[in-house]
Amino acid sequence: MIAHSIFFYIFSFIAIFSAIMVTVSKNTVHSVFFLILDFISISCLFIMIGAEFLGMIMLIVYVGAVAILFLFVVMMLNVAQQKSEWFISRDKSTHIPVGLLVSIIIFFELIIVIGGWKYKPNLVNSSLIEINSNTTNTQLLGNIIYTDYVHLFQLSGMILLVAMVGAIVLTFRKRSGVRKQSYFKQISREKKDGVELTNPETNKGVKIDA
Amino acid sequence: MLSIGLGHYLTLAAIIFTIGVVGIFLNRKNIIVILMSIELILLAVNINLVSFSIFINDLSGQIFTLFILTVAAAEAAIGLAIIVVYYRNSGTVRVEEIHDLKG
Repeated sequence: MIAHSIFFYIFSFIAIFSAIMVTVSKNTVHSVFFLILDFISISCLFIMIGAEFLGMIMLIVYVGAVAILFLFVVMMLNVAQQKSEWFISRDKSTHIPVGLLVSIIIFFELIIVIGGWKYKPNLVNSSLIEINSNTTNTQLLGNIIYTDYVHLFQLSGMILLVAMVGAIVLTFRKRSGVRKQSYFKQISREKKDGVELTNPETNKGVKIDA
Repeated sequence: MLSIGLGHYLTLAAIIFTIGVVGIFLNRKNIIVILMSIELILLAVNINLVSFSIFINDLSGQIFTLFILTVAAAEAAIGLAIIVVYYRNSGTVRVEEIHDLKG
């Protein structure tokens, strides 16, 4: 129990620290690095709490795909070394204190919600799909993903497909001056278009015309 | 303090959520950091769902987390594609210089 709490505090402090560093660090590449650290520590928390499958999926999807996508875009856009000012605006805008105030209010509202949940422990008592401790987490998830939630599963596949098509359509650029293979012209070329048989006389040569 | 309950996880999620919101509100840099803050917010929501799912012994929260993960990946891909197109057209992704819509 004490090891569990020690690990929880270690991972959560790393997660909070790296989340803060994501927002305040001046270099965008450093922000992406801290985002990766945040994802890894949260997935460690997931594995520790007993949701192993989601922890592993977090590692694969977030660290392996999303964070690397961010890193690629930062590399392509060349915004890593740009001069950036934190909390300093050119014209004195008032939205920084207002934003801080709203954020603090949001935080306290969330904390109040947690406290209210603690006061009424029998608030949520409906257990639709129970977690059986005999089988593994992955097997339980697989049992209900392909039966009860199969339509949502197919729909999430459609979302990924639409996202892929959208990203390709957005970033596609038709270039001019690029020599491409024309398969139709290649296939439709016949023998009489390409080859001509001549019977030249001696010492006269062959006249080649285009 | 020593036994980790649901409140600890919810507090962690609340802190990370608030950090993400602060990152959106107070960003003076490029728009990529705003997308990263949105990822942080979705991560906090995932923490909430998973911890509730574990502590009230109901597996549907983890299913929801799986779908949120899918949507977050799709959203990151589309958002980054939009940013790439915007950078190609205007040459900047700084938040202060993006005011084409005059909002």
